[in-house]
Amino acid sequence: MTNNSVEIRDLDLHFGAVKVLQQLNLDIHEGEFLVLLGSSGCGKSTLLNCIAGLLEITDGQIWIKGENVTWAEPSQRGIGMVFQSYALYPQMTVRGNLSFGLRNARVPKDEIERRVSRAAEVLQIGPLLDRKPAALSGGQRQRVAIGRALVRDVDVFLFDEPLSNLDAKLRADLRVELKRLHNQLENTMIYVTHDQVEAMTLADRIAIMKGGKIMQLGTPDEIYNRPQNLYVADFIGSPSMNFIQGKVNGMTFTAGDLSMPLDGYQFSGPQTDGQTATIGIRPEHVITGELVANAPMRTTVNVDIVEPMGSDTLVWADLAGKPFRIRMDGQATVSHGDSLEIGLDLARSSLFDTQSELRL
Amino acid sequence: MANIDALNATGAATASVAPRLSDGPRGPKPKSALSPRNIMLYGTLLIVSIYYLLPLYVMIVTSLKDMAEIRMGNVFSPPVDVTFQPWVKAWAEACTGVNCDGLSRGFWNSVRILIPSVLLSMTIALISGYTLSKWKFKGSEVFFTILLVGAFIPYQVMLYPIVIGLREVGGFMTDIYQGTCGLFTAAEGACRGRVQLFGSLSGLVIVHTIFGLPINVLLFRNYFASIPDELFKAARVDGAGFWGILIRIILPMSLPIIVVSGIIQVTGIWNDFLFGVVYTRAESYPMTVQLNNIVNSVQGIKEYNVNMAATLLTGLVPLVVYFFSGKLFVRGIAAGAVKG
Amino acid sequence: MAIAESGETTVTRRTAAAKKPIRLFRNLWSKIALTPMILTAVVVFMGGTIWTIVYSFTNSGLLPRLNWVGLDQYERLWSTAKWIVSIKNLAIYGVFSLTFTLVIGFVLAALLDRKIRFEDTFRTIFLYPFALSFIVTGLVWQWILNPEFGIQGIVRGWGWESFTFNPLNDPEIVMFGLLIAGLWQGTGLIMCIMLAGLRGIDEDIWKAARVDGIGVVKTYVQIIIPMMRPVFVTAVVLITSGIIKLYDLVVAQTAGGPGIASEVPAKYVMTTMFGGQNLGQGFAASTMMLLSVVIILIPWALLEFGGRKRG
Repeated sequence: MTNNSVEIRDLDLHFGAVKVLQQLNLDIHEGEFLVLLGSSGCGKSTLLNCIAGLLEITDGQIWIKGENVTWAEPSQRGIGMVFQSYALYPQMTVRGNLSFGLRNARVPKDEIERRVSRAAEVLQIGPLLDRKPAALSGGQRQRVAIGRALVRDVDVFLFDEPLSNLDAKLRADLRVELKRLHNQLENTMIYVTHDQVEAMTLADRIAIMKGGKIMQLGTPDEIYNRPQNLYVADFIGSPSMNFIQGKVNGMTFTAGDLSMPLDGYQFSGPQTDGQTATIGIRPEHVITGELVANAPMRTTVNVDIVEPMGSDTLVWADLAGKPFRIRMDGQATVSHGDSLEIGLDLARSSLFDTQSELRL
Repeated sequence: MANIDALNATGAATASVAPRLSDGPRGPKPKSALSPRNIMLYGTLLIVSIYYLLPLYVMIVTSLKDMAEIRMGNVFSPPVDVTFQPWVKAWAEACTGVNCDGLSRGFWNSVRILIPSVLLSMTIALISGYTLSKWKFKGSEVFFTILLVGAFIPYQVMLYPIVIGLREVGGFMTDIYQGTCGLFTAAEGACRGRVQLFGSLSGLVIVHTIFGLPINVLLFRNYFASIPDELFKAARVDGAGFWGILIRIILPMSLPIIVVSGIIQVTGIWNDFLFGVVYTRAESYPMTVQLNNIVNSVQGIKEYNVNMAATLLTGLVPLVVYFFSGKLFVRGIAAGAVKG
Repeated sequence: MAIAESGETTVTRRTAAAKKPIRLFRNLWSKIALTPMILTAVVVFMGGTIWTIVYSFTNSGLLPRLNWVGLDQYERLWSTAKWIVSIKNLAIYGVFSLTFTLVIGFVLAALLDRKIRFEDTFRTIFLYPFALSFIVTGLVWQWILNPEFGIQGIVRGWGWESFTFNPLNDPEIVMFGLLIAGLWQGTGLIMCIMLAGLRGIDEDIWKAARVDGIGVVKTYVQIIIPMMRPVFVTAVVLITSGIIKLYDLVVAQTAGGPGIASEVPAKYVMTTMFGGQNLGQGFAASTMMLLSVVIILIPWALLEFGGRKRG
């Protein structure tokens, strides 16, 4: 019928009077790596729990592999799930943990053995099979947790912030491994995180959530370069985007004594003359140095604070009385009090309607 | 990983009391051993200790003297001729009313009350606590709140309604038994038996189970609440159901709390007097009731040595539990403290 | 293609999972499992309490009967000398028991918290009486306070012939005879709770107090005790509910004597209900006990839970 692996139709979830998820629709393609991204309380983990069947939804439908599983038991949905705290059964060995689900499903013994050793091989946890979780390191535990989903031989993998309990280095390593795993298995994976880097690096598509709604669904490139609204623009990117408020008159954007031609800008919606608008420019897209001369628009700012970070330098400047962030390369030699000439390129900026907060 | 480590290490204490007690003492470091401060400190503690230890000492020495020696000396004087006769008499010969088979009858009654009561109340409390923490449904917390509030109601308020309840349920079960028993046997008179709840040991077992519920459900519920929800979710994804998760995931992690609950129940039920008096008859009185009847009987001359031996015998079970359980006992009573 | 292989099962599964189940039957096991607890809470605790209150307005004698007599039972109760004595006794016992238990419990806990040796041993000694039955406690102290062989007898034996300490036979001070035993049994628990409270206080507080040059006693009184307010509240609730339940100890130690000098409300209820064949009186008296618990508990509950919600 469709090539969608998971379909969510008009999903509502209320806790008493609190509407946690509202009229949510989402299609996840076969073999896709979809990341649900958002700050805490946005409903991303809740949505994942609904897909898994661990939370009873108020209204709507959930389809997995063309089957309506809205009211099916978690184990009947053809999903595997990996948790933030790993959730390994402490009294069972690694082997016991891996095979628990299969034993519950009364899979024949030799089949269990075959799948466990296959998963152990893929995840390189063979030597750990007879240990208890308490004797494993954090990274090893997370591998076992992934293995537990793997042996179930399911269509859809659900990850609930699986890397956030690990230290930074291990997190980076496992991230790469997860990507490799996805390339190898080609399963559908739904991954919840609050970490932008994880989202950008792992995802085929990212769904950014806020207040129980999806703010934007798109590829990492779309999310980063063409944010559909102010929230997404502000949420993605570190340091975050600079915003300048002003007006659109004809093909010119004016803010105070600053004016910018909108010639190179690709409008995605209709605009009216004289409407208030906000322009968003990423700190890394601000042009400095020799290239300023070629920029379509130039201005001068005063340098306030300089934060050298090694690979690059973050400059806090002052533009029309508001802080303005500029990312320069690591060798930049500017200091407090300097005047800095910068260039802005509309082609790499985003324009939003100040009222509706939507992209123009 | 922190969650699981904590779980394995401490059994995720319900009461924060016991772990804190093992933190080690606070305050400034002591100076030299014989400073005035230390003499004051240890002196006070020693004197207070005497007050606490005295009754135990008095019980022991009195129970080892014969009556002649008691009449000559005082309660504190150590025995000159150690005799175990009072112990024998207390156990096997002391009289309550017309029965003269000693405290042993009460002891065995108490054992017969204790074992089913502890097993039944702990099983129900464990399952209820598990449901309340991991399978909440609309209204489950309301019932739990009612249960906890009920723990503060003086027992006297509920004594009589329970008498009626036991009688009624007993009568109802008798009717069912006598009505259906004929279907299985044809023997003459085989179906005359009655189900007796009020006045019998089984009735008392039910009462102990009921009044043990609030504290034990609270204990189990809080303990299970400290087991991460994700573990429970993982088990559901793995296809385990209500009983599967309980037996294969939760139960193997519950040993510490089962011990704590067991300590509370064993000492509480063994020491009970009120329910024993109200809900049983003379021949099935628990040990505490029988002890009181032996010691406070007005007939005959007072045999203080036998009385003290009997008292000590009755206190022996909880004392043994206390001295062997150590810190777990503290954790148990501290958790009980929440209930009051 | 999956449908071709197992079309039939897929269809049945789909319809089953697509239908919203009836709320009552969802997770049916959890509801069945909680039934004993729900019955206990609703039928026994709530139902029993309401039943007793209702029947306290009847003239039930040997058997409960719904013969309404209004507040007669309560009027009779408050004009019965034995009940008045019981209330007075409980008040005396209560005030002294509460004060001494808190003071002794806290002082012992503070002493044990001074980095002493044998802390475990001392704690074991102070707490073991708590493991015993009130019957055992009452009988031991009855023996120790025996006028002939006990404390009075010993002091007289030393030559002080006129020394009198015979609380169990002196109506004026019999409640203090009970108090000695009650404190012996109950202080250990409060000490443990206080000690836990002391251990819960950040050690940096002690360091700060030392840096500021505040003495030990002053630190306890001005800083530590105010910080332990919740612990004290718990302790007070515990001690109070124990005081209202006071029954076994009296039965074992004095049997309410001499005369009616050491009667307590709980014992009054038992006598009228099961001994006097005067159920209505018993119900009225037990309802009064319930009322006193309510009066104590409601402010506590408001303080604990109302405050928590706001905070």
